[in-house]
This record gives sequence, C-alpha cells and structure tokens, in this order.
Amino acid sequence: MARAVSSRAKVGYTVAAWIVALLIFFPILYTIITSLKSEQEAIAGFDLIPSFTLESFRAVQTQNDYWKPFTNSVILSLGSTLLALIVAIPAAWAMAFSPTKRTKDILMWMLSTKMMPAVAVLVPIYLIFLRTGLMDTRIGLTVMLMLINLPIVVWMLYTYFREIPGEILEAARMDGATLRDEIVHVLTPMAVPGIASTLLLNVILAWNEAFWTIQLTTTNAAPLSAFIASFSSPQGLFWAKLSAASVLAIAPILILGWFSQKQLVRGLTFGAVK
Amino acid sequence: MNSTFRALLGATALCAVGGAAAAQDPVTLTIATVNNGDMIRMQSLTQDFTDKNPNIALEWVTLEENILRERVTTDIATNGGQYDVLTIGTYEVPIWARQGWLTPLDDLPAEYDVDDLVPAVREALSVDGTLYAAPFYAESAMVMYRTDLAEAAGVTIPDNPTWTDIKAAAEAMTDKENEVYGICLRGKPGWGENMAFLTAMANSYGARWFDTDWNPQFDSPEWNEALTDYLTLMNEYGPPGASSNGFNENLSLFQQGKCGMWIDATVAASFVTDPEDSTVADSVGFAQFPNKEGVDNHGNWLWAWNLAIPASSQKQDAAKTFVAWATSKEYTDMVAEAEGWRAAPPGTRTSLYENPEYQEAAPFAAMTLNSINAADTQKSSVQDIPYTGGQFVAIPEFQGIGTMVGQTFSAALAGQMSAEDALASAQSATAREMARAGYPK
Amino acid sequence: MATRQTASLARLMRAPAIILLLIWMIVPLGMTLYYSFLNYNLLNPAGTSWAGWFNYRYFYTDPAFFDAIRNTLVLVLGVLVITVVGGIAIALLIDKPIWGQGIVRILIISPFFVMPPVAALIWKNMIMHPSYGVFADLAQVLGMQPVDWFAQFPLTSIIVIVAWQWLPFATLILLTSLQSLDGEQMEAAEMDGASALSRFIHLTLPHMARAITVVILIQTIFLLGIYAEILVTTNGGPGNASTNLTYLIYRAARLNFDIGGAAAGGIIAVILANLVAIFLMRAVGKNLD
Repeated sequence: MARAVSSRAKVGYTVAAWIVALLIFFPILYTIITSLKSEQEAIAGFDLIPSFTLESFRAVQTQNDYWKPFTNSVILSLGSTLLALIVAIPAAWAMAFSPTKRTKDILMWMLSTKMMPAVAVLVPIYLIFLRTGLMDTRIGLTVMLMLINLPIVVWMLYTYFREIPGEILEAARMDGATLRDEIVHVLTPMAVPGIASTLLLNVILAWNEAFWTIQLTTTNAAPLSAFIASFSSPQGLFWAKLSAASVLAIAPILILGWFSQKQLVRGLTFGAVK
Repeated sequence: MNSTFRALLGATALCAVGGAAAAQDPVTLTIATVNNGDMIRMQSLTQDFTDKNPNIALEWVTLEENILRERVTTDIATNGGQYDVLTIGTYEVPIWARQGWLTPLDDLPAEYDVDDLVPAVREALSVDGTLYAAPFYAESAMVMYRTDLAEAAGVTIPDNPTWTDIKAAAEAMTDKENEVYGICLRGKPGWGENMAFLTAMANSYGARWFDTDWNPQFDSPEWNEALTDYLTLMNEYGPPGASSNGFNENLSLFQQGKCGMWIDATVAASFVTDPEDSTVADSVGFAQFPNKEGVDNHGNWLWAWNLAIPASSQKQDAAKTFVAWATSKEYTDMVAEAEGWRAAPPGTRTSLYENPEYQEAAPFAAMTLNSINAADTQKSSVQDIPYTGGQFVAIPEFQGIGTMVGQTFSAALAGQMSAEDALASAQSATAREMARAGYPK
Repeated sequence: MATRQTASLARLMRAPAIILLLIWMIVPLGMTLYYSFLNYNLLNPAGTSWAGWFNYRYFYTDPAFFDAIRNTLVLVLGVLVITVVGGIAIALLIDKPIWGQGIVRILIISPFFVMPPVAALIWKNMIMHPSYGVFADLAQVLGMQPVDWFAQFPLTSIIVIVAWQWLPFATLILLTSLQSLDGEQMEAAEMDGASALSRFIHLTLPHMARAITVVILIQTIFLLGIYAEILVTTNGGPGNASTNLTYLIYRAARLNFDIGGAAAGGIIAVILANLVAIFLMRAVGKNLD
C-alpha cells in the first residue's frame, strides 16, 4: 500500500469515509447522548447537546445492580469462547491441513446445527436444564453458548488456517523440521492473529446472545441481556433511562472492540504471511 | 421518636410472626416482577420488610412484561420452581389456578383484611370463591381529556359519554396544523395492547367474542360497527403512526399535549396529572368509558397486577408473608409517606378510596373507583357468553388468538385492508385456532 | 502430507468438535421431532396426546405461512444485498489512505457490538419513531410528512435495522480479504492501462470471492433465525407484513404455548433452511476451496 495518492484524492476519501462512519455510528452516538439527558429532554425533540446529567445512570443503578450481570456477562462470554476455541482449534486445523473429500460437507453440516430456531427447542432444553440442575448456573449457560457458537468458531478458524500457504510448511519440512517443530515454530505464530480475531468475534457474539441467557436464568447467572430486559418498555416512557441501561450493556464490549480493532482487522490480514 | 416507634413496630411484628419464624432457617425468596413504576417502587421499599422479617432475604428478577410472562409461564408449566413469588395479571390467575399451579391464599391473617379488597378485583382473582392472588394495583379504563382544549373547542364531555359524544368532541378538538389530535387510542398489535382496547370498545357496542357454542362473532354487525367507528375515529382525528402506538406511546403523546382525548387504563391518570412528567397536568378531565346509545355496557375493562405463589415453591410460608406485606394497607401508607398519596398503588383497596387525603391528592380517584366497580368480568357482554374476563377472554388460547386478531386490525388501521376484510380474516383465523384447541369443550 | 499417520491424527483432532455438535444436534432435534407429533400445550399439560401429522398440517395451512416464507426470503436477501454491496463499498473506501483511519474503522464496526434487542429498541424509539424519531425531525425540517416506518414499510424497516447490525461483520471480513490483495499485481494492471472498474471486476472481486462466500453463508444462517428485532418493533404486523418463519414459530411457542405446533414449525424451518443451504452451496460453495 505504498502507492502515492494525491492529497486531493485523500481529502475526498477522508470526507466520504467520515460521512459513512458517522452515519453508521449515529444511532449509537444518539443513544449515548440521550443517556446523558433528563427524561423530559429525551422526548423533547432532536437535540445533540444533552445537559450531561448522570441522573439516568443513577436511576438505573438503584433499580438494578449493574455489576452482578456485568460479571456474569464477562464470565459467560469469555468462558464459552475459550471452551469453544479448545475444541475448535484442533478440528479446524485438521480440516484445513488434512482436508478430506467430506470436509466441506462437515463444515456445512456444522453450520446447519444453527438452523433450528431456538424458540422451537426451548421447552426440551428447559426441561433438560431443570432435570440436570443446570438451570440458572453459569456452567450450564457457558456450555450452552459454547455449543451455539462452536460452528462459527470452527468456520472462522478454518478460513484463517486455509490462508496459511502450504509452501511454507514444505519449506520447513525440507529443512528437516519435525511435526512438532512445524506446529510450534511455523504454524502457531502464523495462526495466532486468526485465533485472536476469532476469539474477539465470538466474545462479541456470546455477549450479545439474548435468548437463552434470559430464558435459562433467574438471578444467579443472569447476564446483561437480562439487565436490559428489565428496562425495555416499562409502563411510561423512560428513554433516557433505557438509553443509559443500553449504554451500560454495550459499553464494555464496545470498548473491548475499539481497543482490539487493530487486532480484529490486522489479525485477518495475514500480513506476516507475505 | 420516629425511630423508637419504628423499632417498636418492628418488635411487635416479629412477635406476631411468632416463634415459628424465629426457629426457621434463613430463606431467600426469588420474586419475579414486571418493570412497571409501582413494582420498581416496591423494590426500593423492601427494607421495611426485611427489618420485620430478618430471616427472609429477597432476590428480584425484574423483566419487561412480555418476557416476564414467557419466563414464568414456562417455569410454572414445567414445574420448574425457579420462583417463589410471581407477578401475574388477571388473565393468568384463573387459568393457572384451575391447573392447580397456584397456592390458594385463603389463610391470610385477619389484619390483612381481605374484605377490604375492591370486590370486582377480588372476584377476578378468585376461582370458586377462593382467592389465588393478591392484587398489587388494579385498573379499569376511562376517558382522559384536555379540559382546556375542550373548552376552547366549545365541547363538553359528559361524565358518561357515548361514542357519539366522543366522536363529536374528537372532531372539535382536532387541530392537525398544531399537532393536536382529537383522540389517541391504542393501535399496536397485541392481545394486551390494541385488543384490550378494541375488546372493551366492542363490549360497549354490544358485541361479544364468542357465542355460547364458542363460535367467533367477528361477522356480527356489532363488531363491524365497533371496528368501523374505531377506524374512522383514528383515521380522521388520530395521530400519525397510530398503528404502532401502545399505552406508552399514547401516554407520551398525551403528556406532550398532542391528544385531545385518550381512552385507556386508569393508572395513566396518575402519570398525566404528574406535573413533573406531564406538560398538561393541570388540565386533565376524566369521564367513564364510553358506550353506544342503548347498550348498557361500559367496556368492562379490568386489569390488575397481582402477586401469586406457585404451588411448586418450596418456601410457601415466607412467600405468603411477603405477599401479605406487599399488598397490605400498611404498605400503601408507607408509599404515601415516602412519595405522597398520589403514588399509592391504586385500585385494590376500598379503604384507600375512603381516605380523604387520597381523594384530595388524586383528582382521578372517584372516576377510577367507579370504573373499576362498574367492570363486570363475569359477564362482559350484554349478550350471552361462555367465557369470563373483561377486555380479554380468560382462556389459554387467547394470547395467541388475540395477538393474531390484533395484527389484522392493526393492518386495517394502517390502511392495508378494509374493515370488512379484517373482520373476515379475524373470523376465519379465530375459528381455525378454536377448532385446533378442541372447542366447544 | 496426507500420510496415514497425519490422517488418523487429523481424525482425532476433528473428533471432539464433531461429537459435541452431533450431540447438540441430535438431542434437541430428536426431542423436537418427538414433540412435533404430540398435542402438547404448555398451559394444558393434562391434555397431551398423540397428534400424528396434525401439527405439521396445521402449521403449513396457517394463513400466514406463505407470507412468512416470502418475508423470510425477502428479509434474508435484502439484508444480504445491503451488507455485501455496502460492505464491499465501505471496505474499499476505508482501505484507502484517509486521515483518522483508525477512528473511522472503529465507528463503522460499532453496530456489531450492540445486542439485537437493544439495536431494535434504539431504532424503534429514537430513530424511526413517527413522532419523536430523528427521521421524523428530519422530515419536519425538510417540510415533509413524517413517515410511520413500522406501519407503512414494516419489512423494509426491519431489513434496515438488521442490515445496520450486520454491515460491520461483512465490512470486517471483506476488508480483511481486501488487505491481503496483492498490491504488485494491482499496480501492474494499472500500468497496463486497465480502468479502475475493470481492475475491480477482474482482480479485486475474484480475490474477495471466498470472503464474500463466508459472509453470505454465515449471515444467511443467522438471518434465517431473526425474530428479536421483529418482536420488539412490529410484532410481526401490521397484518402479517413482517412475520417471518421464526416469528411464526415464536408465536406458536411463546404466545399460544403450543409446544407441539412450535416443534413442527421448527422441523419445517430446519428443512427449509437446509434447502436454502444446499442451494447456496451449489451456487457459491466452490469458492470455499
């Protein structure tokens, strides 16, 4: 990307990109702004400058403690993603480097396990969770989220691993590298960025899961999705409060995403490969 | 002095509960509740309860109405035992009680004074004379209107208006240039949204959901007239986007001064007269739910949020103690002391309406009580019906059917089909669902 | 590389994932199949009985069924078109040298971090609301009648919301692929006098084929299961205008508490999703090699 670009073109690209970015970001920005308004301001019409009151955040915290669901969200999303990676890395690895005729079918089949609408299987799963004592436990939900996201994890890892060129392996092998050397010194360094971005993406997916995490919890394991469900559509309009709760629910993952944005993008670029 | 008094009170309460409680191990009650203002307020006042019952800890699960209903229904139907106290509506109570899922509340202590409960509400929560849930707050429906707009437009709205009066007033008050709409009504599809209103409206036109053999009656002239008038009112005098307006949206429109009239749940009265949230707090008048000339029926809307104890709970005694506390007269006094009488949970106790302080603070008190007392949930239509329930039909299938029909009527409001087509489609869809459910039973 | 040793090792490595997913597929599928042949209403467990094919027939003859199928396809296709085309355009744009590139990327991927119900609530209350939404304010400034989005264009509104949520995912994957494009080849083509358009069609697009395929496949699976956004915004209405298959199942399962009917709907949905998947694999699957 070392091509010279005229600065006029750069100005043009910059303006266009910023317009697109702000348009896309606007709903979130407006939610953040609304969360800093009082309730009267919130429904008073379009206004980008709030009174910067923290009233809504205080109201949200007094109504429902934030930290317990927050902790649960962190544990569930990280736990389920790590579990999924442990199972998925070997599988994706094998499928990428020792593909068989059926690899593509297996991949497609894995994705197809996500086709059953969750609402249709709620009652069977609910009964299983009740009988096994997994109801409202973090461990039960962690396993659940792991299973839900496992196909995606395998898929993403598979695509990343596929990008690692086979020639490098052959070169290493010709240099007399053992299988162990191959994995530790050649493949792993190249796979790490892909694994990192898969991890991030799946933490996000797990964090945002809002069906099972509400249906299978009461108090102990309820994460932020349940926290949000206690603020949406109450009797009366509380948009500032709802915005504050929304900001609290998405802020951690938003911040994580922002900090790791470089990894998210660069992890997928395989710059090291070239 | 105050604290001494409170300590004394606490001590007597402890004594009253007696040695049984003292000997008990500490228990934790899991309480499922809806995120309405009154319930949120209850959570903030529970210090009093835990002071009186130090061995009972409370855990709350607060959810919005629809998710709450899904959650607790799944749990109680699978005998899950995840909750010890449930917040449920008047719709669920009789259905669940008949399934044996709720603990009867026939042994509440004498000081609870069951006879003080508003009779219509108590009846709606009882099956064969046994009470199965304790009402937390109750509502009927009534007309709320802007006295200033009515005056300016030169119309008077009688205390017992007919639909003709309403239509005339809506026409006179509408001023679309200035974003003032004569009437705001629910249009958002849902059995508890537009269908609550439309069922009540149809009742007041003399219509019924089913005849005595459970045949749907949308092909009757009464339904046709009710729906046609509803559509006319909304299309000509209603706000834009009415087909996605529910209680909340209309509340906000009214508070912003955009509605001349709003016919909805009586609890809204305390919101629209609240000077902090409402720009029109000083100029709200109230009237009874309208009826059609010659039809002696004012909709029969009756709803209450109630506390009930699932039969699957392992902590029956503690749960009963809590339910009795949260729906007691003392609780009402406590809310009044903390936040003023206007905030007292309405509609459940006769004594509240006899309290001069409440009458003074709540200008809507009399009309609210009248509306609730006028609601007959045992016979909501002037014609013969096989079901109970006021603005709903108390059968398990109603949630699904009501929502489906609500969608059809909402489509008619959005201008996507005619009233006739909507009624025909509602008729066939309802007949289909009822046949599936095996009616007539 | 495919020696016997590595082949058996590979099998061993694949096994845990496959076994787990097999269990995760068979148990719910088996139970759902079983329930789909029962008259089982959660609110009346005593009346449970064998239903034969009745639940399937009932679901299939639902007057909303074909509307729901159509809406499902429109929803999936609409979102796919917007996210893939938009994703390519945005990826191309933010791949260019611009000032504040990091911040621009962060802003663009942000919607992906918002929970679906929250996203729907934001759009419904603050953006598209006919009285208080930003769009309504905008219309007023321009002197137009505010549009009542969810009543007049229910499915379009939902497509917009869902596309907003998935655009970042598509952009991210496509940008990744774009960045691994060989710059030298591009320059060579440029020097040969190939126009920007022909470079895009002959070099960039083929290079992105696999990424586009991944986006399409993964998104399709997610999009077939959309219902939270519908529930929060339109409840499937007005009429059946925004009812998709999943929402229809939702209605059976969570409003009617008709477990048998919902199970039958679930099985039908799985079959249809498989048809879509087979079609997709035929159409674009070769790009995965």
